[in-house]
Amino acid sequence: MDVSMIFLCVAVLAALGYVLGRRQALALSASRGIKLHSLPGYYGQTVALLTAVPALILLCAWLLVQPGIIETRVSGMIPDSVVPQGGAQSLVMADVRRIANGLGAVQARAEQAGADVDVEELDFNNVRARLAQVGVALGSDVPSEVFEAAKTYRQSSDFGHLLMTIAVLALAVGSLPLAYMRIAPELRARNLSESFVKWLLMLSSLVAILTTVGIVGSLVFETYVFFTLYPWQDFFFSATWNPQFRGGSDLGILPLLWGTFYVSIISLIVAVPIGLMIAVFLSEYAGPRTRSIVKPAIEMLAGIPTIVYGLFALITVGPFLRDWFAQPLGLGTSSSSVLTAGLVMGVMIIPFVSSLSDDIINAVPQSLRDGSYALGSTQSETIKKVVLPAALPGIVGAILLAASRAIGETMIVVLGAGAAAKLDINPFEAMTTVTVKIVSQLTGDTEFASPETLVAFALGLTLFVITLCLNVMALYIVRKYREQYE
Amino acid sequence: MTDLTVFGASGQPASTQPAPTKSILTVDERTRRRNRSESRFRMMGKAAVTFGIVALIGLLVSIMSNGLTSFQQTYISIDVYLDPAVLDKAGNRDPADIAKVSTFGYLPLIEKALGDAIAAKGLAAEGLTAKAAAELISKESPADLRRFVMSDPSMVGETQRFDFLAAGRIDGYYKGRVTMASAQLDRNVSPEQLVLADTLKEDGILTTKFNWSFFTAPDASDTRPEAAGLGVAIIGSAYMMLIVLVLSLPLGVATSIYLEEFAPQNWFTDLIEVNIANRAAVPSIVFGILGLAVLINFVGLPQSAPIVGGLVLTLMTLPTIIIATRSALKAVPPSIRDAALGVGASKMQSIFHHVLPLAMPGILTGAIIGLARALGETAPLLLIGMVAFVREYPSGPPDGFFQPASALPVQIYNWTQRGDPAFVERASGAIIVLLVFLVLMNLLAIVLRRRFERRW
Repeated sequence: MDVSMIFLCVAVLAALGYVLGRRQALALSASRGIKLHSLPGYYGQTVALLTAVPALILLCAWLLVQPGIIETRVSGMIPDSVVPQGGAQSLVMADVRRIANGLGAVQARAEQAGADVDVEELDFNNVRARLAQVGVALGSDVPSEVFEAAKTYRQSSDFGHLLMTIAVLALAVGSLPLAYMRIAPELRARNLSESFVKWLLMLSSLVAILTTVGIVGSLVFETYVFFTLYPWQDFFFSATWNPQFRGGSDLGILPLLWGTFYVSIISLIVAVPIGLMIAVFLSEYAGPRTRSIVKPAIEMLAGIPTIVYGLFALITVGPFLRDWFAQPLGLGTSSSSVLTAGLVMGVMIIPFVSSLSDDIINAVPQSLRDGSYALGSTQSETIKKVVLPAALPGIVGAILLAASRAIGETMIVVLGAGAAAKLDINPFEAMTTVTVKIVSQLTGDTEFASPETLVAFALGLTLFVITLCLNVMALYIVRKYREQYE
Repeated sequence: MTDLTVFGASGQPASTQPAPTKSILTVDERTRRRNRSESRFRMMGKAAVTFGIVALIGLLVSIMSNGLTSFQQTYISIDVYLDPAVLDKAGNRDPADIAKVSTFGYLPLIEKALGDAIAAKGLAAEGLTAKAAAELISKESPADLRRFVMSDPSMVGETQRFDFLAAGRIDGYYKGRVTMASAQLDRNVSPEQLVLADTLKEDGILTTKFNWSFFTAPDASDTRPEAAGLGVAIIGSAYMMLIVLVLSLPLGVATSIYLEEFAPQNWFTDLIEVNIANRAAVPSIVFGILGLAVLINFVGLPQSAPIVGGLVLTLMTLPTIIIATRSALKAVPPSIRDAALGVGASKMQSIFHHVLPLAMPGILTGAIIGLARALGETAPLLLIGMVAFVREYPSGPPDGFFQPASALPVQIYNWTQRGDPAFVERASGAIIVLLVFLVLMNLLAIVLRRRFERRW
């Protein structure tokens, strides 16, 4: 039986449990003349939960554990002589799984056609054509041991599946009457069902932690594999980036880091003064009407997907900079350049700087401004000499957040900055960044054993560490600042 | 020496200096300077705001001017005789036999049909062979024709009017992308062909119509920009949004309720809080790495499938929804809870029967904004293989969740990577479609907030 069918059966049993439980509670309370502890629906819920939850937990656990057990049993069947020289056992096992799935497909096809094919009777010689019919192409040199292993694999997974179906349904069917018998007017059904819901709430909040564990775990694990294949000194300190898919590549991160920082710095040079001035204007000068128009307009810049900025860089800003600046000045002929990506990214992060700084400037106590006006300062003097210095820590935090956004940004640099890994200071040259290289190393057909692919995980980990540090620092500064005026 | 140190630099006691006698109505040099700097500063503020708004407008205008033309498409309408001698040599209308005629077999029919149409109107295709004249029609057309015949074999032997797509360069000629001068240098189109196109247009054979197929057709290959559409990408994006909504809304709401109402003050709660707060620190591409390493390589989900994209985007959207939900829950006044508890509700009942319904508008607003952000996300989808060239429509859910599909932003990226400039037009057009979806979602969020949000 299909997993979804098992699930459906359990759900039907649970629904049945609900109806029975509710009715039983009402009947018992009427016959014994005792008031129910909880509303009748809670008794139904209790029976339904006690029926479904253990069965579903068993189902999940079985699905997780069974492949591992079968894998170990079957891989014991494969003699070492079958594993090709220099190949891995895991590749042979992949073959085994493929053939096993193919056998299942053969049988399904045969049943559909009405013919009765006993898959167990198929032997090594006549199976190749049948497998090809269902789209499983067999390599020329599959040894008979592998085929036998595949047959065992299929048998034991079929058997395991059957066992699981029986066990899960038996558990559900068995726990239904047990739960039903527990129904009594004194039973605290509401507390039972509510504590279950509370557990469910807590489990779902674990997803946040699991995501982080997943991110860090996958990055660290694959990076570790990468460093067993490629020396870490070369990765961190080599100034050449030259991946060769035949092997023997140079994978130094320095040119990529340089490109990343160069683009980010240009974008900050654009975004910080403009964003800050917008924040000052909106919080100190603009009236409520101007503010209600300008603020959403600026924040729209943050809502536009980055692919749109990327295309803007590619078709408008890049050619414009090339034709009007780079070529007349003799600085380059490439339309994708550090400056293109930096300018467009600067526009993108203006709203990050401006809205955070706006909040922070608004948090500066009015008494400071009033004091400054009382001494005769003009408004701009108050802003420059009193408000901004008071808000400085918070503004630094905002800038750090914007910087981490710029460093992790992908689509603008993929489309605007180019792909050449160079250590150069000419802003009209095409350079590349960490994110661009993660994309280029991981898209397309990837083979997971080569350092050229795995390097992307090391790059990702570096990127993650940098942005995380910037963020933690920024949040710390902003929080300190908030405390100062509270 | 000592005098100087006592009386200051002027050498005189300060008290004996006469007070400056001038009216406060005449502005002195220093005040003027300060006022000038004041107005300069204010101008700088205005300039910064102007820059931001000009950048926004420039961005939109650039995309619009490049992309609006993609909603129009040039078509050539001609009558095609579905010649049985070519399509059904056996003459028995057996679909299996008709299927044997390959796409190339249909090309002569179109060539002949166009030649006849030109002759019938008494036009002359000067300096063009029949084959070169037929190049006005998209290379996609024989395939379209074959699909039509295969769907209804009884049409063989009939004459039917077809609207064929014009080739990309001809289409570009009417959108200003191709000129007589550029055609001279282009080996895909010749000036003679453009002249023929002009005569066909005068005669009403070549027309420009609204491009419905842009929304429904699948992607097309590098050499056929005129046939490329967003159908598969829109379906893929819709599937992913469905998955994101179904997963992230219950998960996000459950997490928020736990953190806001039940979580005890301990290290474990702090850990969850830190994990949610720092999610903004994770660059979106790292989520793509997570999807590739965990969901595809470890769990074994298929590449390019909406399910993987949906899961990755769910993880990215969760913090947005959690933050919105928590502030919506916080905004419900404690008196509501107290009243519910006071009449004997349990804590769970007070939350699910009273607080949550009141917080719902805020939660939905946050969810829609989170979805809108997820819809435009590109980088993580690149890593999980959604850049693949997909022509087949995925089937309906739930099977379709596991079949290859594209997504709107990835389709845009895909088109920017192609050589033919016609794809820039398509990419910009696709961005307009994407932005329209985003604007609609945000408007919905604003309407929800305006209509249902209660201020306490």
